[in-house]
Amino acid sequence: MSIVSKTFHNEVGMATELRGKETWGLALRKHWRLYTLALLPIIWFLVFRYLPMAGNVIAFRRFRPGGSIFGEEWVGFYYIERFIQDQAFWQAFQNTVIIGALTLVIVFPLPIILALLLNELRSRVFKRFVQTVSYLPHFMSVVIVAGFVFELTSLDGTVNRLVKLFGGDPISFMQQADWFRTIYVSSEVWQTVGWGTILYLASLTTIDAQLYEAARIDGANRWQQTWHVTLPGIRPTMMVLLILNIGQFMQVGFEKIFLLYNTLTQPTADVISTYIYRVGLTSGQLSYATAIGLFEAVIGLVLVFSANAISRRVTGSSLW
Amino acid sequence: MVNTAPAPTTDPVGSDVPDLTRPRPETTTVKDTPGYTVFRWVNTTILVLVAAVTLYPFLNLAARAFSSEAAIRSGDVTVWPIGFNTTTLMSVLEQDLFWRNYLNTVVYTVVGTAIAMALTTTFAYVLSKKYLKGRMILIGFAVFTMFFTGGLIPNYILVSELGFKNTIWAVVVPQAINVFNLLVMKSFFENFPEELEEAAAIDGLTTYGIFFRVVLPLSKAVLATMVLFYAVWFWNSWFPAFLYMDDPQMYPVTVFLRNIIAGATGTGEGLSDVAVQIGANVKAVTMLLTALPIVCLYPFVQKYFVSGVMLGSVKG
Repeated sequence: MSIVSKTFHNEVGMATELRGKETWGLALRKHWRLYTLALLPIIWFLVFRYLPMAGNVIAFRRFRPGGSIFGEEWVGFYYIERFIQDQAFWQAFQNTVIIGALTLVIVFPLPIILALLLNELRSRVFKRFVQTVSYLPHFMSVVIVAGFVFELTSLDGTVNRLVKLFGGDPISFMQQADWFRTIYVSSEVWQTVGWGTILYLASLTTIDAQLYEAARIDGANRWQQTWHVTLPGIRPTMMVLLILNIGQFMQVGFEKIFLLYNTLTQPTADVISTYIYRVGLTSGQLSYATAIGLFEAVIGLVLVFSANAISRRVTGSSLW
Repeated sequence: MVNTAPAPTTDPVGSDVPDLTRPRPETTTVKDTPGYTVFRWVNTTILVLVAAVTLYPFLNLAARAFSSEAAIRSGDVTVWPIGFNTTTLMSVLEQDLFWRNYLNTVVYTVVGTAIAMALTTTFAYVLSKKYLKGRMILIGFAVFTMFFTGGLIPNYILVSELGFKNTIWAVVVPQAINVFNLLVMKSFFENFPEELEEAAAIDGLTTYGIFFRVVLPLSKAVLATMVLFYAVWFWNSWFPAFLYMDDPQMYPVTVFLRNIIAGATGTGEGLSDVAVQIGANVKAVTMLLTALPIVCLYPFVQKYFVSGVMLGSVKG
């Protein structure tokens, strides 16, 4: 076995040396079976991911239903100029930024705090119980989560029961634009915070116990140990997740907002993606909606690349 | 022959994954300060509350599903049914459309997961071969789609043009590869014991043989994790079906539920009184039945999900 293994490693070693000079012809001849395994997935990516990207070209071309998926004729920046002058678009843009920012500021730090609290527990059974329970919402369909929101906030729901308990009048939460953001962010917290602890808990287990011992000998109390040992220990994880979160800043949960909002809450609830849906698929202005979608996607791309570059320079951790 | 290749002694997934339930290592010689003792009590209280708040909607849902409509309307139902009855449960269970849509969900989940697994495992295996020319290009080709997508409208046009509307393909094919899952599988295959593949190659197996007869059978744990990820995804999915299907007979149960929720919580315009009246109870029962398979299965498969996430974080 070991001899066999050694021979093979020699061959691999030679192959690695040659790799720099390996031509495509040689590579294809030698590994054609591997490349054929990749064929279907590559076609899938081309058709279902890259073709729609190219389909964005209809943001600059007039699209006729039943015609070419790439549109009929060039119209330049006609649709871009149109949404720049569109009041409703800017309303949606503003809502997107506000909801995105609220999500980032509130939903991003909570898993860190929860993970730190879990980390202080000594009872393994209790820790496992809290973890198991708090992961569960992650696996619920967004339709179920929306259903929970409607049930809890309805006039006969538990939230209004509490309101009445404290002497208030029942509020029809889902019909009031002022409440939408609070409700949306709360439901995000409920659904994502528990599951979000996993990567932090994993990274907490990698912190060397000797560091705590050394900090303790230096006179650090529990809080100081957390501040000076634990938090620096999980910083790379925090940065990576922060970058990913920033990259999704503009894609605030479309499906959930789509399920939760109505004409009454639209002034605060309408985000770019729901606006695209209405403009494109309800009113049938496909090119116009695509122009807005392209704008949103480009912002997302710019955000993730800038966050990554800044993080690499400042903290040394990055996605690539 | 192939069968003589030694099997890995430990579960390939389990061995890489740290135990998250393990408490923080303690130095037992040091007594807690009074302040820390207080903190521990506060901490325990907070975490009990976290668990309670997380569980409450589920308990409330179950209570509403078996309560009388009048009790729900009065706002008294919390975690225990009031006016216990199973009439609504029975009436939902007797609906043909509900069963039809439930069955659709099962079919979409099974077919979707099968297609997703076939595409994801083969591509992940190819991407895991570090000596393969063009590997980095292919990885970049896949990862780029995580950060830039075609958007709703071009996707809609594409799926319509392909003639997928009102077919199962609209629901299962466009979502077949999840890049995160792909990277998880890739990093798993990268750590696959090389000697096993070498031995199989020397026994005369081709790349196909190695992949299907050696690598896959020894990757059951990670395959199970991926199946679960995809299955939950397809089970919960509703938007593609909502978007591409006009025929109620084709809906998955999530769209059935969505329509009930939308009907029962509209702003009141154009809804018949009957619809509003049966809403609260029927909604609760339908939600319960939709969530039930996942809630029941969840405690047993939770560890696979956790290990899957951490496997992916090992760095893609």
